[in-house]
Amino acid sequence: MRRPTYHASTRTTATATRRLASLALAIGFASASASALAATEVEWWHAMGGGLGKKVDEIAADFNASQDDYVVKPVFKGNYSETMTSAIAAFRAGKGPDIVQIFEVGTATMMSAKGAIVPVHQLMADFAPKEGTAFDPNAYLSAVTGYYTDTDGKMLSMPFNSSTPVTYYNKDVLAKAGVDSLPQTWQEMGAALKKVVDSGAASCGLTTTWPSWVMLENFSARNDVPFASQANGFAGTDTRLEFNTTAVVDHIQRLDDWQADKRFVFGGRFDDAAPKFYSGECAMMMGSSASYAGVKESAKGFEFGVAPLPYDSDVIETPQNSIIGGASLWVLSGHSDEEYQGVAKFFQYLSKPEVQADWHQFTGYLPITTAAAELTREQGFYAENPGTDVAITQMTSATPTENSKGLRLGNMVQIRDVINEELEKIFSGKESVQDGLDNAVKRGDSLLEKFERANG
Amino acid sequence: MAHFNRHPITPWILLAPQLLIVAVFFFWPAYQAIEQAFYVEDAFGLSREFTGLSNFVSVLSEPEYLTTLWTTTYFSFAVAFGAMALALGLAVLADRVLRGAHAYKTLLIWPYAVAPAVAGVLWLFLFDPTLGILPELLSAIGIDWNHKLNGDQAMLLVVLASIWKQMSYNFVFFLAGLQAIPKSLLEAAAMDRAGPWRRFWTITFPLLSPTSFFLLVMNVVYAFFETFGTIDATTQGGPAGSTRTLVYKVYEDGFVGQDLGSSAAQSVLLMVIVGVLTLIQFKYVEKKVQY
Repeated sequence: MRRPTYHASTRTTATATRRLASLALAIGFASASASALAATEVEWWHAMGGGLGKKVDEIAADFNASQDDYVVKPVFKGNYSETMTSAIAAFRAGKGPDIVQIFEVGTATMMSAKGAIVPVHQLMADFAPKEGTAFDPNAYLSAVTGYYTDTDGKMLSMPFNSSTPVTYYNKDVLAKAGVDSLPQTWQEMGAALKKVVDSGAASCGLTTTWPSWVMLENFSARNDVPFASQANGFAGTDTRLEFNTTAVVDHIQRLDDWQADKRFVFGGRFDDAAPKFYSGECAMMMGSSASYAGVKESAKGFEFGVAPLPYDSDVIETPQNSIIGGASLWVLSGHSDEEYQGVAKFFQYLSKPEVQADWHQFTGYLPITTAAAELTREQGFYAENPGTDVAITQMTSATPTENSKGLRLGNMVQIRDVINEELEKIFSGKESVQDGLDNAVKRGDSLLEKFERANG
Repeated sequence: MAHFNRHPITPWILLAPQLLIVAVFFFWPAYQAIEQAFYVEDAFGLSREFTGLSNFVSVLSEPEYLTTLWTTTYFSFAVAFGAMALALGLAVLADRVLRGAHAYKTLLIWPYAVAPAVAGVLWLFLFDPTLGILPELLSAIGIDWNHKLNGDQAMLLVVLASIWKQMSYNFVFFLAGLQAIPKSLLEAAAMDRAGPWRRFWTITFPLLSPTSFFLLVMNVVYAFFETFGTIDATTQGGPAGSTRTLVYKVYEDGFVGQDLGSSAAQSVLLMVIVGVLTLIQFKYVEKKVQY
């Protein structure tokens, strides 16, 4: 019984090998002829749902129509965390996309993944097409790109959708309450909100979306106080949180005090607080500049305005710039040169003033180049839509300092969750302000230590 | 037995599809989780370091983990007990209904067909502090509902949503169990002048014990694992971690935080906890069951 089986199996193996070889040859020919005919496909994973997603498809379609060599294929992968996780999982399986959109808090993770990414400055140097405008890092707004550059100032990812927090206010309520001038500082804010609640013009003064981003991260930047050591993490991974010893403590205390007479109402994480403003319950809301279109659509029955983020006059005389949120485009390693040429060409297209200005005007995200901002002004967009230029003015009014360049903290997604958690404990009266912030720092530091150990 | 000895391969062939599914969807991932739990690895898998039990040590020394364990315990108890008690009550009532019984049963079974995330969103809309109907009504009686800040209210919300979702499943089994109880026993007891209360506790309830035991195991497993969708759609484990269960923490640390080692260690611990719980149920609770 054994022998014939043995023979049979050798024969089959030999045949199989021959067949496989011819098959491989055939596939080789097929793919060679295919690549000669079809354009190189560039896969782009993103997290832009709904109207934004349609706009992303439109941008890709316009790029594809503008040339014949490359086809950019946008794929919606869910929210930011989901997109990041799927891209990482796909990369581990050797099937990562060429371009992936990663939110700003994922920056440190991407940056430290040295073998997994192709830095944009390198990509542009190696693969940018000879024709067209050459890649010039200075064309981009430093307040935006600063978040995504390494310590030598080299661009690691391509900024895509960046926003910054601003104050939205209900004009009707403020008029009814007799608030004539918009508060510029937190001190003036206190007086104005008092008028609002005392007059009964609205039952709640102020609420905020994205509590940690607005009330801690941006408060620190705007008032030029450090959020974390080592230049907010830019100078090294051995960074530790510092906001439990700065003006942030007084600020959170102020908000906590304001809760008593409803000058401030905590409305939850993410965008959860927005309905409080839309319904007219709260007179003011701090939120992303990119919410402009959403606010315009949802704030029915009253006039709204946009004002800069206030600053603390006890801390600073002239406020610093605020910092960005949003996402940038990262290029993953492991693809062919042709694909990278396609990516470079696409990035070049994406940076064009017309494309940027259109994206900026449609979404409310900041333009990433100075030219796009100027073009938008020339087109009269800011004049027609008052308030849309508040964000960009706020971002560019001051030269970014160490404290306002941005944050580069590993495990930032979790750190933000920890901060939000402790804020919830503070605002529900379970913890004092100082205890809550101390706990946030303690828990956040252990996440930073973990990151340092894994990526040191 | 003798029959199978003559055909040693046949049973394996017949079992193969099921075994394959279990191997691919349970044993293989479980093995990977166990392996991962002993390593510290960066998100992209570029570097990997064997660290022994350090992941377990850091998880167990984290105060949040113990808080989460406690949260999970009372969440699971509330959901399992609530869903079973309510379902039993409704099943007893539905069993007695003579007219329109079919309609009642259909309506009671309906929620089971709703996906957990959809159920979560439904409850979220009902209870939204700004837009919801119920906070509006509650404020009329002086209750300030804000589950985005109040942890107990958030817990109540996820418990209610989870109970509502699971109740139908229990209802079907309890109803079937009730219908299997011979009417003659109850009639005999009634002739001996045992009231409905007495009849329920001395006849119906003991005879339902196999069903109840089965449902207890199923409900604990449900509360531990399947409530993820409901929690994710309503509170995301907040506020301040007050509705964060063990499964939700595994998701947060692994999926959102990319800390695969710690997340894997937590899933291994979770596997052990549920395994031990099931064992306890079979070893001690089952003794009280009358088949």
